[in-house]
Amino acid sequence: MASERDTRLAVFAVNRFGLGVKADGIGGIADDIRERLREEVRTGLSAGTAVPQGGNTGLETSAALFRAWREREDFLRVARMPVRPDPGQPPTPQPGTPGLRVGGMEPNKPVGPMRVPGSTIPQATFLTEAAARMGFGLGPDIGFVERLVLFWSNHFAIATSKGGQVKTLAGAFEREAIRPYVLGRFSDMLLAVETHPAMLMYLDNQQSVGPQSQAGQKQRRGLNENLAREILELHTMGVGSGYSQADVTSLARTITGWTVAYNDTPNRVQGRFIFSAYQHEPGDHSVLGTSYRTGGAVQGQMALLDLARHPATAHHIARKLARHFTADTPDPKLVGRLERAFIDTDGDLAAVSLTLLEAPEAWREDTRKPRLPYEFLIAGLRATGRSGLDRPNAVNPLLSALNAMGQGLWDPSGPNGFPDTAGAWISAEGMTSRLETAAMLGRQAPGARNPNDVLANVLGPRASRETRVAVSRADSREQGLALLFMAPEFQWR
Amino acid sequence: MSELCETITPSRRAILGTAGALFGWSFMPRFAYAAGGRDVRFVCIVLRGAMDGLAAVAPIGDPDYVGLHGDLALERGGPNPAIPLDGFFALHPAMPHFARLYGKGQAAVVHAVATGYRDRSHFDGQDVLESGQAGVGRTDSGWLNRLVAALPEGEAVARRGCLGVGAVAPLVVRGAAPVLGWAPPSLPPAGDDLARRLMDLYGQTDPVLAQALMRGVDTERLALASAGPNGKMAGRRGGPDTPQGMRQIAEGAARLLAADDGPRIAAMAFEGWDTHAREGGATGRLAQLLGGLDGAIQALETGLGPRWSDTVVMVVTEFGRTARINGTEGTDHGTGTVSFLAGGAIKGGRVIADWPGLKDADLYEGRDLSATTDLRAVTKGLLTDLFGVSAAALGRDVFPDSGLVRPMSGLIV
Repeated sequence: MASERDTRLAVFAVNRFGLGVKADGIGGIADDIRERLREEVRTGLSAGTAVPQGGNTGLETSAALFRAWREREDFLRVARMPVRPDPGQPPTPQPGTPGLRVGGMEPNKPVGPMRVPGSTIPQATFLTEAAARMGFGLGPDIGFVERLVLFWSNHFAIATSKGGQVKTLAGAFEREAIRPYVLGRFSDMLLAVETHPAMLMYLDNQQSVGPQSQAGQKQRRGLNENLAREILELHTMGVGSGYSQADVTSLARTITGWTVAYNDTPNRVQGRFIFSAYQHEPGDHSVLGTSYRTGGAVQGQMALLDLARHPATAHHIARKLARHFTADTPDPKLVGRLERAFIDTDGDLAAVSLTLLEAPEAWREDTRKPRLPYEFLIAGLRATGRSGLDRPNAVNPLLSALNAMGQGLWDPSGPNGFPDTAGAWISAEGMTSRLETAAMLGRQAPGARNPNDVLANVLGPRASRETRVAVSRADSREQGLALLFMAPEFQWR
Repeated sequence: MSELCETITPSRRAILGTAGALFGWSFMPRFAYAAGGRDVRFVCIVLRGAMDGLAAVAPIGDPDYVGLHGDLALERGGPNPAIPLDGFFALHPAMPHFARLYGKGQAAVVHAVATGYRDRSHFDGQDVLESGQAGVGRTDSGWLNRLVAALPEGEAVARRGCLGVGAVAPLVVRGAAPVLGWAPPSLPPAGDDLARRLMDLYGQTDPVLAQALMRGVDTERLALASAGPNGKMAGRRGGPDTPQGMRQIAEGAARLLAADDGPRIAAMAFEGWDTHAREGGATGRLAQLLGGLDGAIQALETGLGPRWSDTVVMVVTEFGRTARINGTEGTDHGTGTVSFLAGGAIKGGRVIADWPGLKDADLYEGRDLSATTDLRAVTKGLLTDLFGVSAAALGRDVFPDSGLVRPMSGLIV
């Protein structure tokens, strides 16, 4: 039996570093929460943080999704058919009664004699991916590694509103380019991200053509600096850290020809990254004073590897991590520790993450951040004992809630991702939409859970007397749970 | 004890009712309706939070009432007079539609009624109310759902299942039998009451969140106020603790129930009845809620059209409130309360009550209106006569371990 002091600390730690205490309480992990956190990292290291895909997992590889997308596009173009309504949307069986639903109904399957190839994308694919993503957050006891996934996914943000292609690939992008590397090497993640079809299409690099390349000479097309600029400004060194416009342009040249195979050929697989010499700007290119010799994709890869170990990158990452986990203005000592760990280990993210867990500044209770909307939603689901979202349609109201709260899944307003400061979220509109989400979570809580028990389990000794009283006086279970979810102890981490 | 009570029966346990003697009207279950093709509609409205029965239907003939309910007591006169139902009881002035139905013999009140639950937790009380179980802790299904399951297979009512209105169906309709769901379109906003409680909590503990929420609530209010003089809201809808929300929920349910191939049974929940502070009397917070309930009943009447004559609307709450007003002009959790019955199938125009009195010694634990009628007796009486379910099945499957609670007869015309 853990002491009250241990329990208090454990609840604090699961909120700060994880996704909130699960419905059955903190009891099982309260004894030595620091060791439990390290254990989660060690388990992630030994078992790997990638998740299975392909086969019968229900999660397709990005190449398979890309193929399905192309088949659909080709079919629709040839058939000149209007695009059918997204089959992932629930049907309205009775006109005039919007919202009618029948218990246990399966998502509508495409029907009719003419089945559009790939007609489950992008919407049904997106729902499947969303349900899987949320499910990953519901399993672990703490969820520190999943928080790292969320952090890095936002660091290397793509946005589904770019179009159907990015929307189709958004989940696969995270599974393939982010998740496997959150305890690996930063440079590996960087290379995986910048060569992933979703990122190449999101930031237009598949269209970028070296002016002196064969393609450039023939097609009068040219350089697109979009991806190169965001690599420097957002993904590695950070804005204002000493690179120039000439460096942006030069980096853009080194990664010309980084694109996606649109069709299968003897040496290309549709939907995979390819280096197209035809589009690549020939010659040596210099970035930040280093000249990279011509020689295919390696030229850009070498440039990225150097960016990954640039001191400005270490500082940029360290500051963002510290800000995310502790405070809008993080303690410079914490930033310094993370920066040093990043440099000393050549960007070993497991080492950096463990440094965060060991740093006394990260455990200071006088620092705090509001849960981001997604974290809030997952914490609410965990608190009421949801263990998974098996039906893709169950995810619809949750996605609506995320949209309402301003954090639509995989859909920030730009490549800089969602803001990560308290002021951006603790706003008038933010609080009312959180309140509505809390009410929805309260109404949808499975089973009949007594809010007083849920409070005792998920906040334990950290619940203030005022919160306890407010929850116990609620006039329904639903209201009691909503008040619990909105309580300051649940909103801040 | 009022004079009226004494004239009807020597017992201080009198049955009051303008329609005369209740028992003896008929003990025969009216199987004929179910078998003979009466196409009934049954609507259960759950009031979450514990409605103050003494405020909703005031025993103004009881000499102890005014002393207990103080400034909140309803009056026969004044600017907002209560609506007399008989010589003893008067209805809250916020419920003119219910009063009109009562006058037509299409509405009745059961007073001093409660479930078998005698503690004062909302959560447990609602569980007992909706599960129909004899005690707390069994919440896998509700009594309306088990009623449907108990009906003969293929029977019209059973075939069409029950309708649960709201984002999640109330427990009373949940269970093995098919449940149709309907919710007003779009995520309904959280209730005003929830926001008020949260502001109160933030005010005590977190000024940062308090300020943001305050601005958010103000903005919404502004949006509502600027929506135009006809009160039409631009996209925003009331929650189930607002009069607009209650009416909207009832309108939607009526539309589905009125359809020939629609469900015959529906349940919905209205919230916000936990009036610990500033409950109000003839006007105020409770009056607003009762007005919402009244509007919902009217919406059901209108929406069901010709089906109204075969309809029963039953309004229930988990328990009542203290007979005395507390220190914050409200009432605390109590025991006996009222159940409203409305619909063309109700043998109405009467208040059904075995009135326990309001003297100190009459009050349950010295504080609450005593419950002299088991709510299950009322429900069983309705279900027997409407659906032809046997008393044995009701006592075993629908309300387990309630064999001793006899169905109240004569509630249905």
